[in-house]
Amino acid sequence: MGPILVIAEVLDSSVRKASLVALGCATRVAQEAGTHFDVLCIGEGASQAAAELGSFGAKRVFVTEIPGGYVCERYLPTVTHLVEQEGHKFVLATATTYGKDLLSRCAAKLKAGLASDVTDVRLSNGSLTFERPMYAGNVFGTLTLNTEVNVATLRQSEFSEAVPQGTTSEQVELPMQAAPLADRVHFLGLEQVASDRPELTDADVVIAGGRALKSSENFKNILEPLADLLGGAIGASRAACDAGYATVDMQVGQTGKVVAPKLYVAVGISGAIQHLAGMKGSKVIVAVNKDKEAPIVQVADYVLAEDLFSAIPALTDALKSAS
Amino acid sequence: MKILVPIKRVADPDNANKVGVSADGRTIETSGMEWKINPFDEYALEAALRLTEHGVTKERIGEVVLCSIAPADVATTLRQGLAMGAERAIVVEQDDSALDAFAVAEILAALVKREKPDLVMLGKQAVDGDASATGQMLAEQLEWPMATIAMRIEVEAEGKRLKVGREVDTGVLSLRVELPAVLTASDRLVHPHSVRNGVTPADFSYPESDGGRYASLKGIMAAKKKPIDTLTLADLEVSPTSLCDYTQFRLPSARGGQAVFVNSVAELVQHLKQDAKVL
Repeated sequence: MGPILVIAEVLDSSVRKASLVALGCATRVAQEAGTHFDVLCIGEGASQAAAELGSFGAKRVFVTEIPGGYVCERYLPTVTHLVEQEGHKFVLATATTYGKDLLSRCAAKLKAGLASDVTDVRLSNGSLTFERPMYAGNVFGTLTLNTEVNVATLRQSEFSEAVPQGTTSEQVELPMQAAPLADRVHFLGLEQVASDRPELTDADVVIAGGRALKSSENFKNILEPLADLLGGAIGASRAACDAGYATVDMQVGQTGKVVAPKLYVAVGISGAIQHLAGMKGSKVIVAVNKDKEAPIVQVADYVLAEDLFSAIPALTDALKSAS
Repeated sequence: MKILVPIKRVADPDNANKVGVSADGRTIETSGMEWKINPFDEYALEAALRLTEHGVTKERIGEVVLCSIAPADVATTLRQGLAMGAERAIVVEQDDSALDAFAVAEILAALVKREKPDLVMLGKQAVDGDASATGQMLAEQLEWPMATIAMRIEVEAEGKRLKVGREVDTGVLSLRVELPAVLTASDRLVHPHSVRNGVTPADFSYPESDGGRYASLKGIMAAKKKPIDTLTLADLEVSPTSLCDYTQFRLPSARGGQAVFVNSVAELVQHLKQDAKVL
């Protein structure tokens, strides 16, 4: 197999932590295949972000500074130009909303097969085999891609992050290629939800709430103290987001984020199939739910069938006094 | 505005845990499960209907054309969309079970060239394959701009362009897209104020819903008379190529053991510390 290219995601002049698993996978596959990997750091603030990418063992870190926020059509020609110029045979990124947006279109432009949101990448006889969840995680499919270039996005929760290698990659400025569609789609802005908590997909502990919390005030007052105490992130069911108790970036599930923390506490979440798809890979699942028959119970390790409005503050107090 | 809405039929997503795998692991089995419109395609359809109607009078101000790539009996599923208010439908008669997103995009691109819509709106993902790729691949094949995971849409410049809010990991990313374009729908596109078409009064509010609109009796009756055309790949002069080969399927490994029911917060804390060792 030929060389590998990792697309790093840049946000606020930094590399998103999610990208580290794509680097980790590339490191492993490159070793097994006896090839090297490069990284493309592209976007506004890429020059600054690239400094974070130099120590992971990549042969080269290509840097393309593109002013303005992310627009697939403006990034794409540069990405495919690099792949063609360097003869990369495996192009990968983490399956964030960015990764899925950019790499799906990138695969089509390269007429390359795409394996999306994969949970496993294996190399055998010089070619790649992928495994990926389908039907909201109720079936796993093994696939190969019958094109010379393989494109994949990686489910963050299923791969290990790269670790610094004590090496220094060569940094190469890569000019932005002309983007014919750039005058037909324009970036207007990114409204980010400011939070001091860890990102949902990075957190070791996730405290998630459902519609049973009944209001955004309860969401805050009941869940936040527990999340803060455990250094956890706060997640939500689709129902809670739709009801306006939580913001959309907090949604866990088939729609929304897939998380696999060490501890997932589902508070007043019944556990629709779509929600389970986003959290059943968690190491330990606690359900706090008055309904002992709720579907969440089928994936839970521990169930506390009590009223959440008394149980969660009591849990917070118990942990506080114990620590 | 003319909008093409590709519809995929999928095995009932609310029973996705009943999907099986054949004994030799070569095929996914959904026999006995009901076909449903892929929920995200239904959100795309609902948003397309809102873009092409006066919200208050329900007067149609544009055209919505449905299409599906599937065996002929998909017509039953498409009738539901016609009953919701779409004008007509096209079936591209083809076994779709082995088509990947690239192949589907090739067929849709051929259909777009024939129908010449201003906008293609489809779900951000189909909930069977869960790939989230068809919209992006279609946009690339058409060389059109795109906005994926759309959660709000505002018509600008008398329908020449759209302002779209995309639901991304870190918040909402806004784009201005010139038509023709491809949009993929998130579930939030059916919220009461998520679609503004410039004709419907700005303060108009659609009812809270977690899906598309229910068909009225009048809509169901009208749908029986609406045209559903059938095309073949030969009619479209396209021979799609799938680039993925699925070799094996399996069911997920079950999570270990039965849940432990604890009787108190104290007992829970004890388990989490001593048995699970996560605190």
